[in-house]
Amino acid sequence: MYTSIESLAALSKERGQPLWQVVLEEEMAFSGAGREQVWEQLRQRYQVMRASACRALDQALPTVGNLISGVAKTHNAYASRGNSLCGPFLNRVMAMALSCSEVNASMGKICAAPTAGSCGILPAVLVGLQERDNLSTDTILEGLLVAGGIGAVITRNATVAGAEGGCQAECGVAAAMAGAAAVHLQKGTVEQMVNAVCFALMNVMGLVCDPVAGLVQVPCAQRNASQAVNALLSADLALAGMQSIIPADQVIEAMYRVGKMLPEQLRETGQGGIAATEKGREISHALFHPQV
Amino acid sequence: MEISILDVLGPVMIGPSSSHTAGAAKLARAARQIVGKPFFHVKFALHGSFAETYRGHGTDQALVAGVLGLREDDERLRDSFELARKAGLGFSFTRTDLGDVHQNTVQMTFYLGESGDLATAPTQQIRGSSLGGGRILITRIDSFDTEITLEAPTILVMQKDLPGVISSVTAVLAQSGVNIGTMRVSRTARGKLACCVLEIDSPVDRSIIEEIRSMPNILHVQAVAMEEEETQYVHQH
Repeated sequence: MYTSIESLAALSKERGQPLWQVVLEEEMAFSGAGREQVWEQLRQRYQVMRASACRALDQALPTVGNLISGVAKTHNAYASRGNSLCGPFLNRVMAMALSCSEVNASMGKICAAPTAGSCGILPAVLVGLQERDNLSTDTILEGLLVAGGIGAVITRNATVAGAEGGCQAECGVAAAMAGAAAVHLQKGTVEQMVNAVCFALMNVMGLVCDPVAGLVQVPCAQRNASQAVNALLSADLALAGMQSIIPADQVIEAMYRVGKMLPEQLRETGQGGIAATEKGREISHALFHPQV
Repeated sequence: MEISILDVLGPVMIGPSSSHTAGAAKLARAARQIVGKPFFHVKFALHGSFAETYRGHGTDQALVAGVLGLREDDERLRDSFELARKAGLGFSFTRTDLGDVHQNTVQMTFYLGESGDLATAPTQQIRGSSLGGGRILITRIDSFDTEITLEAPTILVMQKDLPGVISSVTAVLAQSGVNIGTMRVSRTARGKLACCVLEIDSPVDRSIIEEIRSMPNILHVQAVAMEEEETQYVHQH
């Protein structure tokens, strides 16, 4: 059994198994489900992820207050132009992350990974890489297992709730999960996956949860896009050979402690940060306390 | 690892919020199953964060969807008001202060029968909280305090608070090979009414529920299994 990133990596080494296989076998042991059952559950979840990553790419979806309606479609069109700064691949990934956020805000079907507010990051990275490299769905499901194992450790030892740990615990953790999965899809080592987790979390340490009008739209959509890119750049840093001088479990603990230090206004209450700006308050007031 | 990766990579749900949308829908669907008989109107009294932000998160649509029996991942959830109108189900929302309870708490009053007058219809009241990540807790059924998660199939028994009643219920379950995971009893006052909540390892046959129902001193029995197929409680016009 694993209870930390260190013990998960150690099991992989001891058993001579890839990390995804350790996570799969531990899941089977925990739930009593057979291999095929777990695989089928993952397949269904990935289907929902893929559908939500694509659904708003060519149509604007209505959301409460329409704060982010159409952002995915606009960005997808931009991604296919030749002159973007981050290039067509990264921009396409951003567009897919935005699509998930838009689907979520429009009361569409999503897969929380780890939460509804951060539901765009893992799908954008996985679907983006599947599209680019023509990967089989089975390969993607291996990536999903890697992400799930990392997410389970962070859920156990820290938190993935914005109300407890801020946005770093939601979108940051999603980036850590997706970063490790991306390393796997690039055929990286377990050590590189662990390093990607460290970098992704270091890059967002302290990020607050400050949704305008309490709605899961702004800045959640922007954070889904930026954290999908954080996942990929953290994976690239690790794949290039950068080592984290701080062990992953200590980075996770640091993230948790920072979350606890955040004042309540910056933990999903809609009372601090971007939500507390003059315009943010105006929007909230117009939506929920309209003048009769 | 004592956490399933399927809980981390999930739930599959209707957005935007696992606590305010998915949890609310599940809470209302649980309440509908606990009621277990036809109703024509539901009043939702919202407390705390539910009262503050319910419109932005579709909590109201989710609650109505839940009492209609729609699951948390059903995309018709956003059309639930229209579905309720078609089904002849009335509903209303109020804000309330329930005191020192969880931020995301709702009190649901079900008006029983195929149709009727709100002033005279019999009612059942169920209170519950959405704890986050789609997890729920039913905290009160009428005047009984409870702690029901519905993560396992559950049997609710309302009985007279007399010696031997509980053991006769558990004896029926034991004879049928049903294993009880947890059991919690609460009562209004000694010798009056008691409510027994049994969490079991697998759903039970209807015949077992009928057998318990026919026993002396048993007032009401309801089996609740959130994963089971739904029966239609709302009258279709």
